[in-house]
Amino acid sequence: MRTGDPQAPGPSAETLVRAMAGTIPTRGRGAARFRDVGLLLAVVLLAAVTAVRSPHFATAANLQRIMLDISLLLIVATGQTMVVLTRNIDLSVGSVLGLSGIAVGFLLKDHPAMPVTGILLLGTGLGLILGAVNGALVAWGRVPAVIATLGTLTVYRGLVFIHSGGQQVNPQDIPLQLVAIARPGALGVPVMVVMAFVIAALGWLLLRYTRTGRAMYAIGSNPDAARMRGVQAGRIVFLTYLISGALAGLAGVLYAARFATVNPASAGVAFELQAVAATVIGGTSILGGRGGVPGTFLGALLLGTIANALAVSGVSGFWQRAIEGAIILAAVAVDSLIRQHSFKEGARRV
Amino acid sequence: MSRERLRELAVQSGPELLLVALFAASLAFSAWLSPYFLRVTTLFDMTSQFMELGLMALAMTLVIIMGQIDLSVASILALVGVVFGLLSENGVSLALAIPAALALAAVLGMINGWLAVAFRLPALVVTLGTMALYRGIGQILLGDRSAYGFPAWFVSIDFRYIPGTPVPLPLVIFAAFAVGFFLLLHRTTFGRLVYAVGNNAEACRFSGIAVDRLQVAVFTLSGLMSGMAGLMMTSRFASARWDMASGLELDVITTVVLGGTSIFGGRGTITGTVLALFVIGTLRYGMGLANVLPQNQSVVIGLLLILAILGPETGRAWQARRRRAAVRKGGELQASKAEVSAR
Amino acid sequence: MAHDGRTTEGLRTRGLTKSFGGPPVVRDVDIDLRPAEVHAIVGENGAGKSTLLKLLAGVHQPDAGEVIVDGNAVAVTSPTVARSLGISLIFQEPTLFPDLTVAENIFMGRHPVTARLPMVRWRTMLSRAAALMESIGARIDPARPVGELSVAEQQLVEIATALSHRARFVLMDEPTASLTPREVDRLFAIIRDLKARGASVVFVNHRLEEVFAIADRITVMRDGAKVGTWAAGELSRDEVVKRMVGRELGRSPERPHVQPGEVALEVEDLTAPGRFRGVSLSVRRGEIVAMAGLVGAGRTEVARALFGIDSFERGTVKLNGQAVRFRSPREALRAGLAYLPEDRQHQGLIQALTVAQNMTLTILGELSRGGWLDRRREQELARRQVERLQVKTPSVNSAVQNLSGGNQQKVLVGKFLIARPKVLILDEPTRGVDVGAKAEIHRLIVDLAAQGMAVLVISSDLPEVLALADRVIVMRAGQVAGELSRDEATEESIMRLAVGTGPTAGGRKAL
Repeated sequence: MRTGDPQAPGPSAETLVRAMAGTIPTRGRGAARFRDVGLLLAVVLLAAVTAVRSPHFATAANLQRIMLDISLLLIVATGQTMVVLTRNIDLSVGSVLGLSGIAVGFLLKDHPAMPVTGILLLGTGLGLILGAVNGALVAWGRVPAVIATLGTLTVYRGLVFIHSGGQQVNPQDIPLQLVAIARPGALGVPVMVVMAFVIAALGWLLLRYTRTGRAMYAIGSNPDAARMRGVQAGRIVFLTYLISGALAGLAGVLYAARFATVNPASAGVAFELQAVAATVIGGTSILGGRGGVPGTFLGALLLGTIANALAVSGVSGFWQRAIEGAIILAAVAVDSLIRQHSFKEGARRV
Repeated sequence: MSRERLRELAVQSGPELLLVALFAASLAFSAWLSPYFLRVTTLFDMTSQFMELGLMALAMTLVIIMGQIDLSVASILALVGVVFGLLSENGVSLALAIPAALALAAVLGMINGWLAVAFRLPALVVTLGTMALYRGIGQILLGDRSAYGFPAWFVSIDFRYIPGTPVPLPLVIFAAFAVGFFLLLHRTTFGRLVYAVGNNAEACRFSGIAVDRLQVAVFTLSGLMSGMAGLMMTSRFASARWDMASGLELDVITTVVLGGTSIFGGRGTITGTVLALFVIGTLRYGMGLANVLPQNQSVVIGLLLILAILGPETGRAWQARRRRAAVRKGGELQASKAEVSAR
Repeated sequence: MAHDGRTTEGLRTRGLTKSFGGPPVVRDVDIDLRPAEVHAIVGENGAGKSTLLKLLAGVHQPDAGEVIVDGNAVAVTSPTVARSLGISLIFQEPTLFPDLTVAENIFMGRHPVTARLPMVRWRTMLSRAAALMESIGARIDPARPVGELSVAEQQLVEIATALSHRARFVLMDEPTASLTPREVDRLFAIIRDLKARGASVVFVNHRLEEVFAIADRITVMRDGAKVGTWAAGELSRDEVVKRMVGRELGRSPERPHVQPGEVALEVEDLTAPGRFRGVSLSVRRGEIVAMAGLVGAGRTEVARALFGIDSFERGTVKLNGQAVRFRSPREALRAGLAYLPEDRQHQGLIQALTVAQNMTLTILGELSRGGWLDRRREQELARRQVERLQVKTPSVNSAVQNLSGGNQQKVLVGKFLIARPKVLILDEPTRGVDVGAKAEIHRLIVDLAAQGMAVLVISSDLPEVLALADRVIVMRAGQVAGELSRDEATEESIMRLAVGTGPTAGGRKAL
């Protein structure tokens, strides 16, 4: 159980499992529980094997790297989880991340003395606007979510190029106070990691403890019944896109802090695949209605560990995309099987 | 009566007329950008840039009419290109490598269809996964390099013409496939089934139609056409890379939707897709002449996609509201008329 | 007719009327619901009972008339408004969130929250749900996802939801349709308890023995209008049946007696748990057998199983003497068995396609010449069917959605006839069809039988059953309640078997 130790601010494995069991109070849902525990075991096993095989894995610097990677993914995937819970999807998050990173980076070139809070708010605000466009298209324009966000994925990425003129943001343009949030802070933990955990926790609270969050589950589980109960589906779907956009925008700023460069051609490219993969592998059903942030946390943990394990084991990073694709396929297939087995005939009217 | 007939005709061919107008506009735009554009040779050569897109859009038209979507087409193109490149590099004769590459393409498409049917998943979820998986496999196989060294007869397909004419070979190939797909969709029982399933899969099941089998077949066809496109692009660039045609699925879907095929299935034509292809191709080419970066061109394509869906959706919603108002007025006749004109 | 205009407490309606484009489904209905009573609404299929409930619950809006609660006229514009008025409707098919827990299904949108922050108090919610479930004597863990529950258990969740709203008017649409006898007993105990707490329970049901077991008053509806309301003690079951049927109970028009040929379809002991049990029947060539029964009796389910849409657990099916078990409609059609689904809109026709395209869908393979669609033959075959069935359409190339209901039905018939089946099952062939087209469809069915086809007609329209059938099989609660010969069959005898007042299961076997 090595992975638990270095994550001082994070919950221990045991509390995690307990938290998960409490996500949705379930009993007798062996398959779903099995998946959660299985995920955790997979992470542990992978970490153990990699630690044995490579001396570069279990070093403080590397574990820090894993945590930073996971933080970025966790923030975006938390928003994605809400979108997917309502039976939608947001493929534009990678481009929103890129656009926010570039916009903020170029702004910092001219105003290097901006306060960190202001920078973070700016990125988040930009993401909010981009998310609002997605939300309006899906919730009120009745454009299928995949198509709408595939379109905005391209449009936003194009805006990245237009805004940057193809130029990247270089390390000397990123002020130190911003870079500092991705460096070990007071307790040896980067501020960015703390932020990620706080956001995930807030997302978990929203989904589990507010009527709005519960309505997200209701919409995904049975849209007709939700309407009968007076749930305002349009507004809530719009809200999930706002949140997803805002978090991707925030992640753009954090990306700039973490890597100190923002390249228009690579920042956030294909990041939507990671976000979707983390979400579905964590047990959030692609057909909506079930899942949650704790599962997504495990999904992000696994993806981050895999990517890092590949890197330190000397396996080419080229494997990452294929693995993400395979993971998405496996996760949705498993979800489909669980769904078909656990629900009695006629209970679900899609 | 004849006026009504005329109006019906206008409504029916409206999208096509609009596309022709758009095509003319993008031609004019490009001509204005470059004095060389309107030369016959330039016009013909331009087409070679988007024939791969065209090949995939033909099959995607069937996929979308059937009520599904295939996000993995560009990834299949890339993986097939990569595998073909590796085969060729390893001395496999092209007489073998070409059929092998096409067979692989068909299998990749078949996997899409099979996964969707077997796990009762929407194809868009499955192909979102295979979109990453297929391209990822290409990345693993070839790494960050290009496969090249193809025999001279295979490369530069876009510089081969029908002897004595300025007509390039890719255009000829596309035209042949376009005719083929037109016949397949509009003249065969297979095409009829595609429409029927896209309109109402349940009624088709009740009519004794093997809906699942049809779905697998259409996805296989989509894979095969992506493979064709992969070979064509490999020939054009004389090389293959894992990231070739990156993001091209967006152009493919945009072409089909712009061509009047309903994203919700059931309606669409090959003619519309072909017209839309030339609109998008010309637009991209024109923007290229104007030194607009490819990524920036995509902004236009993305906007076009969203508008192409939003437009008819809003129109339909508006018509539905009018129809409901008509019903409330008690005029069922009016309502049925509004319905006819909505078609 | 009991009618107390004095009391203001309770719910009354005045002149409630609703149509969905066609003739009114609910016509000028006055009904009153008193506190602490169980009020049963009975009537044939299509009498307007469910629509009436939906009007009260705000699912539909009335075209005319008003709803009066405690003396005040109210506008029930949505289910949410209805609930705030204390009106809760429990649907025949529960409308719940399968992924969410029992507790949450009960409290969706009204989760108990903490005083300071709007945070859901799960523990409070779970214990309240547990208390609610217990108060109706249901032993269901409130933390279980509803998708794992049986239909009966899901219904209990709906009832608990109504209770949690402090519903004073609990409307139940055929709550016992899919329950086992034991579950029905438990439901009745709950209903009596609701009544004891002062609620008025409206109970739409087809099974008269259940109605008489629980109802204080009975309202009979027919063709969208109220026939009357009586205290349960005032009427016998037979009198209720008579009022439900309402027509002059004359003999049906004669049709030439045909000598049936050999058995074409033979079904024995067909069983699919939860849907139907031990169903045996046979249809001979040249014979028209009607399958009567109330909605939910399992008739459509049997037909679907025969046609290879759903599976069945055990039993044998013989087609022309050969044992068959179809796994898809494709196999069934090839073997010569056709089924015309009841739901024209979704299962029968493809609305956007033309008459010709719809009609030839079942025989596309025959129209293919090496894959090419033989359009000339398609047009010709379709035209022939249109002529034969007298479909009124501008041309065979008009979209089906522009035709009237009766003509759509004819297209549906044509679509399956074109496949030349030997056994034809028609499910509610004249529902939503005007009188003229109905007569034509009847004539067509008779002609088909005369030509030697074996015909099984599922119908809830008793005059239709009597006009067509050589034999009537009556189903009730997933079983064959009895079989009547042409001479024995009357509207009353059929209805008695269907609602369960006559001689029960397997009574007599004709032939």
